[in-house]
Formats: sequence, structure tokens, C-alpha cells
Amino acid sequence: MKWFRQIFAVTNMNLLSITQRFGSSLVVIVGIAGSVAVMVSLLAMASGLQSTVEGTGDSDRAMILRSGSNSELSSVISIEEANVLSNAPGLEEYEGKPMIAFEVYTVVDLMKKGAEDTSNLPLRGVDSMSFVVRPETKIIKGRNFELGRSELIVGKGAYDQYQGLEIGDEVVLRNSAWTVVGVFSTDGDIHESELWADVKVTQSAFQRGAATSNAIARLESESTFETFAIYAESDPRLEVKVENELAYYKNQASGVSAVISSFGYLVAVIMAIGSIFAALNSMYSAVSTRLVEIGTLRAVGFRGSSILAALMIESMMLALAGGLLGAGLSYIVFNGYTVSTLAAGTFSQTSFDFAVTGDIMIQGLILALVVGFLGGFLPALRAARQNITDALRAL
Amino acid sequence: MSEILVDVKNLSKEYKRGGETLVVLKDLNLEIPKEDFLALMGPSGSGKSTLLNLIGGLDTPSSGSVSINGERIDQMNSKQLSNWRASNVGFIFQFYNLLPVLTAQKNIELPLLLTNLSSSQRKQHVETALNIVGLSDRSGHKPSELSGGQQQRVAIARALVSDPDILVCDEPTGDLDRDTATEILNLLKSLNQDHGKTILMVTHDPAAADSAKRSLHLDKGKLAS
Ligand SMILES: Nc1ncnc2c1ncn2[C@@H]1O[C@H](COP(=O)(O)OP(=O)(O)O)[C@@H](O)[C@H]1O
Ligand SMILES: [Mg+2]
Repeated sequence: MKWFRQIFAVTNMNLLSITQRFGSSLVVIVGIAGSVAVMVSLLAMASGLQSTVEGTGDSDRAMILRSGSNSELSSVISIEEANVLSNAPGLEEYEGKPMIAFEVYTVVDLMKKGAEDTSNLPLRGVDSMSFVVRPETKIIKGRNFELGRSELIVGKGAYDQYQGLEIGDEVVLRNSAWTVVGVFSTDGDIHESELWADVKVTQSAFQRGAATSNAIARLESESTFETFAIYAESDPRLEVKVENELAYYKNQASGVSAVISSFGYLVAVIMAIGSIFAALNSMYSAVSTRLVEIGTLRAVGFRGSSILAALMIESMMLALAGGLLGAGLSYIVFNGYTVSTLAAGTFSQTSFDFAVTGDIMIQGLILALVVGFLGGFLPALRAARQNITDALRAL
Repeated sequence: MSEILVDVKNLSKEYKRGGETLVVLKDLNLEIPKEDFLALMGPSGSGKSTLLNLIGGLDTPSSGSVSINGERIDQMNSKQLSNWRASNVGFIFQFYNLLPVLTAQKNIELPLLLTNLSSSQRKQHVETALNIVGLSDRSGHKPSELSGGQQQRVAIARALVSDPDILVCDEPTGDLDRDTATEILNLLKSLNQDHGKTILMVTHDPAAADSAKRSLHLDKGKLAS
């Protein structure tokens, strides 16, 4: 109780005198704010990507790919296989037809808004069953493509990011001309970064013959997933693997977002080390300019431990201010900010929003407090252990 | 004037710097009775402050003993010494050593934060101390808003407020002009006479030493009258 009163009194005094050390205190706050902002932004990017990609899919939908290929891009399903799959057990029916859609998945090049070079984005050839299997698909502008015509509908994310995709625009994709007729949304998932067209037209434009890339199916229920998967994977006429759609996208997401996250942590740690030195420097100067005051307090009877605690509190409070500033800034600037993946991997260009979640903000504040602790500890310890008569002589 | 308050026996203090040892005090003996007002004089660098700090429990001797009121403070650890200082000794410095961000009232209250007194009790004690030093009307001022003499009065009030038996003063008038110095010395005298405080004062001003009941000279590690 008395000890807390001591700490409180010294802390209060330190904070009152902070205005006299405004410059070095500001350096600490800004330095810590910078590291926290970088870490929070990169983690927000990783979590945004993850939630977009992970949010794709439904647990009673199955992705069917060629066995041995781990993405739609490298998968091929022949028309014979398609016939066998359509008769597999466990599939939900819609107007008497099995709910399985065979799609073509390929990558095309288009120019992003404001860019000078083209980047990749996926083109998906879909049939009318694709829309039944994915009821979240909605045309939000224009109309759907007509079967048999070279018409495109554009995912909302791709529409925002690429140029020349206004309704009525002509688009040339690998020597074939297409017309944009509509914009669609899929509840914010990964398909919003794609172009969709009639599967038959796509097959002929891209010389795919009658083969498709992959299939998406809706099962009667989650429990018939096994039945369907075992049938498809063990039938000798088929060379496919079946994955739960949700699990498929989750897998795809984890790699990329893990890379961004670890990059975020790495950069944050490097910057944090810099901020630790700034904090050390500022706290050492705070201690040395107040050596006589500290000696006086000790002479009056204040304990070394309360000096230590009060200086630690000061350092942690500066750090907390920096942490709040950094996390707050990156929230204001980046939360909801839309970007695309930088590298064309499995997803080509997936657009997603930064998600500055509470969890990430807390991680940022923890980083700040760790910096404040490490930067404050040695100077505070020195002050607490300082020989009193030497401190009083420091005038 | 019979009971011994400060009893220093065979006290030595040396500082080691690099390979060399500097002997500042050597086998020094000193007794200070209760309610004494002792001036300690001597050339600069003779070890006056060192002796004062040892008696005030700010430093520990190389050998020998320091007993205050029968307590061996040379055997205390740092935490025990802190607690001992808080209730038994008041320090008065040449440059006042007030905390610049705190008002006079808050500066004086500092030693009381180490006690169990409630905030209203603390306020009362601070008022009493301010009254004794004659600064009741300046309690809300910060050190920078006070003259040197007034700052030293605040510092004396801070040394008094926890009602210690002994006041140790290291050149308390060293930074003041003659008239102000006289006022401060009169204040110390009245603390000694009217309030029964034992005072140990380092000074190299003979006029200041005249205010004391007696004076001793420290030279080459030894005391002489
Ligand atoms: N912490 C210390 N380390 C080394 N030497 C010291 C220390 N403190 C005092 N001294 C030396 O001890 C001697 C006595 O100092 P001090 O007691 O301050 O003298 P005075 O107060 O009489 O002027 C001086 O020579 C001084 O340099
Ligand atoms: Mg001295």
C-alpha cells in the first residue's frame, strides 16, 4: 500500500516532467508507432486474404479435381469421366438433374487500372448448373451471359481493379473477342476476382475440346459427402480426387497468408529492435537528467524498487501511447482497404480487404509493451541501483 | 544535554578509483548529544560531506560503526536504510534539491507518502511545517516561482515534516546572500532551541558556524575542535 503510494508519487512526477523531455519521448512514441503500424498492417493483410479465401466454399459442396493436381489450373476432367460423375450417388438433384457443374478454369491477361503491364486473372467457363450449385452468385449490374455467345460476366473485385471491363466493352482474350455484359458478386469470396463465361464457348475459344478442368457438386447433405467421395475415388473409370470445397480453399489460403504473416512479424521485429534502442536512449537520458531528483527521493526515504517501478511505468506508458497510435493509424488507413495478391499463384489475382481485427490490434499493443519493457528496464535498473551520494553529486 | 544521539566509532571511509585507494576518513570518533547544534568545518575535499552522508545513512562506511539513537545504521541493508531515513533524519542541501514539477506543498508532502498517514493528516502536517518555516502563503508555488531563501525554507519544511530527531545540513547557506543566509541560520537555531532538533551542519562560513552551539574542524581525516 505504502509502496504503491511511492510508485504513484514518483510516476506522477515523471509524467509531469515529460513535457521537459518532449523530444526524446516523441521519438520513442513515433518509433514504436511505426513498428506497430507495420506489423498490424501486414497481419491485417494476411488475415484479410485468409478470410476472403477461407470464406469461399460451403461444407456440403465438393470440389472434384484430377487426382495428383492440387489446383483447378492443372486439373483435367474428360467428358467420359464427367458422365460417370454425374451418375454418382449422394448428389443433390435440381429439377431432376444432378447438381454437379463441369467448369473450365484458365488464366487470362488484362491491364489493371493505372497499371502499365498486364496481370493474370482467372477465367472460369461455367454452365447453368454452376449458378444452381452456387446460389450466392448474383448479377449486380447488367445481365448474365447468354449460352453459346462470347459474352463475359465480371466478378465485382475484378471489375473494381481492372480497366476495360465496363458493360459493353470489347475484351480480347488470347485472340478471341468477348463482350462484357454484366457484373456479379458471390458474397465476397474468391470468385469475385474471376471472369465467367459460357463453358462451351470457353472450351472452343481455348481449344479445350470437350474436356473440362474441374467440377463442383452439391451433395444431398454433409453426410453423403463420404459416399460420393468414396465412389468417385474408387471407380476405376475415374482418375479424380474429391475435396470438401471449404477445406480446399482453406488449404490454398494458409500458405500465402502464412508467408505474409511471417513477413509481417519479421519486419515488425526488426523495426521493434530499432524502437527498443530509441526507448533505451530516451529512458537513459530521462534518468540522467533526473539523477539529482532520484538521489533526493532516495535520501528522503523512497526505495530503489519504487524508482524502478515508476520508471518502468513511464516507459510502458510511452510505449502504449506509441502502440495505440500505430494500431489506430493502421486501422484508420487500412481497415477495409482493398488490394490484390501480389504474386500470381494459385489464385492469380485475388482481391481482398485488409482486416484489422481486434486480435491483431492486441498483438500490436503487446509488441509495443514488450518494446517499452525492454527499453525501460536497464535504465530504470541503473537509476534504482545508483549510489545515492553519487546521484546527489551529479549537479 | 547528556544523552548521546549520534555515536561514531573508529569510522573509516575510503574510495577506490582505478588501482588507487583514497582514504577520506580514518579511525574517526564523534559523539553528538541530543539537541546539539554542531557545525562541521574544514577545507574543501576534507570529507565533510562524506561524514555527513554516513551519519545520514546515505552511504555505508568502509569500517567502524555509526549508531543513531542506539541503532547500528552501518549494519543495515539498503531497504532498511531507506525506511530508517524516512522516519529518523531530514536532509537539507546546498542547492535545496526541490522537485521542480511539484508545488511547495507537494514537495513537503513527499516524505509523508512513506508513512501511513491519511491524506488529510498529511495536509495538516504539511501546514504545520509550512508555518514553522513561515511560508504558509506560498504553498501552491513551484520552486521556480520562489527565491533561493524561500526554496531553502521549503526544503527545511520537507526535512522537518516527518518529525525526525536529527537534521543534517550540507552547506545550507552556501548558495545564499548574507541576509538570507542569516534568516536561514536563525530558522535552524530556532528549530534547535524551540523544537529540540539535533542539527549537524557542514559549512565553511565561520559566520554560519557561529550560529551553532559548537563547531569541529575536519582535516586530513581527523576531527579537531
Ligand atoms: N563517490 C566518490 N568516489 C570517489 N571519490 C569521492 C567520492 N565522493 C567523495 N570523494 C572524494 O572524497 C573526498 C572528500 O569529499 P567530500 O566529502 O565531498 O569533501 P567536502 O565535503 O569536505 O568538500 C574528495 O577528495 C572527493 O573527491
Ligand atoms: Mg561537501
